[in-house]
Amino acid sequence: MPEHIAPKKLYYFVFGSLLILTLLTWQIAYIDLGRWNTVVALIIAITKASLVAAFFMHLRWSASVVRLVLFAALFWLAIMVTLTVGDFFTRNVVSNPQAWQASQASVQVTQPVAASPRR
Amino acid sequence: MHNTQAVIAEQFDDSTQQHEAASLGMWIFLGTEIMFFGAVFTAYTVYRNLYTTAFEEGSHLLNAPIGAFNTAVLICSSLTMALAVHAAQTGKRKRLITFLISTMILGGVFLYVKFILEWLHEYRDGLAPGLHFTYAGPQAAHVAMFFCFYFILTGIHATHMIVGEGIMAILLVMAWRGRFSEANHNHIEMFGLYWHFIDIVWIFLFPLLYLLGAHF
Repeated sequence: MPEHIAPKKLYYFVFGSLLILTLLTWQIAYIDLGRWNTVVALIIAITKASLVAAFFMHLRWSASVVRLVLFAALFWLAIMVTLTVGDFFTRNVVSNPQAWQASQASVQVTQPVAASPRR
Repeated sequence: MHNTQAVIAEQFDDSTQQHEAASLGMWIFLGTEIMFFGAVFTAYTVYRNLYTTAFEEGSHLLNAPIGAFNTAVLICSSLTMALAVHAAQTGKRKRLITFLISTMILGGVFLYVKFILEWLHEYRDGLAPGLHFTYAGPQAAHVAMFFCFYFILTGIHATHMIVGEGIMAILLVMAWRGRFSEANHNHIEMFGLYWHFIDIVWIFLFPLLYLLGAHF
């Protein structure tokens, strides 16, 4: 398989799209969209990164094994992000149910002798 | 110079196999780079969600137009790098040298803006945690956290660019001596992958650092 030489026109087209998307993400940032600011910014960033990877980095014409390496790296990145974020933002979510707390209190009041050996 | 004939290392059958092996190796390296930057981005995600308003406050202190300008500079340098690879693939030595020099100049502009117009400015304004941090406010400690991420992320990104400039200087000398041709241009192409990867990192850094607090 001889390597693919992309036409220069395509490079200029990708370059133009990247500049337009940069202008877009920059100007949208001045509008308050609440949580959606980040979502829009990330969607534009992922689009730009995909354009660079597909055309400037020739991924569009690369061997499948090369693409596999990229997807493996992104997959492992997703594992790292998911588990870390999942850990951090669920640490304080579960509190003791009130009923359980009440039963603990009554155990301590009514059966102090039975409760103490467990310590 | 016998550079019209492909130089094939002993372990490869032909130039196609050599080219694919080089691409695969380079992409595996870029995979490790994704994990390297990914770890800092993950930490950023956690802290940004813990101290959302403080991060927006910190981001507001950065200069978004300068960040946008630098993004454009880096995209231009990616274009000149892609054209340099194209020139190498088609065996145009002069064009290759021209585009390598343009890429180096654009990279230099980026680094100048980053260090002189931004870092130095932020240091003087008292926004450098640990060195000179005078920002006062109810959330000052968490704003300092934002600036830690700012300096670490832009710092490791700039380090990659400085390394890239060094490699480009070597490639420029090699191109000058006529080491590259239609048959031999793997070095240029693999370096191109590295340079575009740095561009992609910045594509994510720009909105995450500069645009976070632009809306108020």
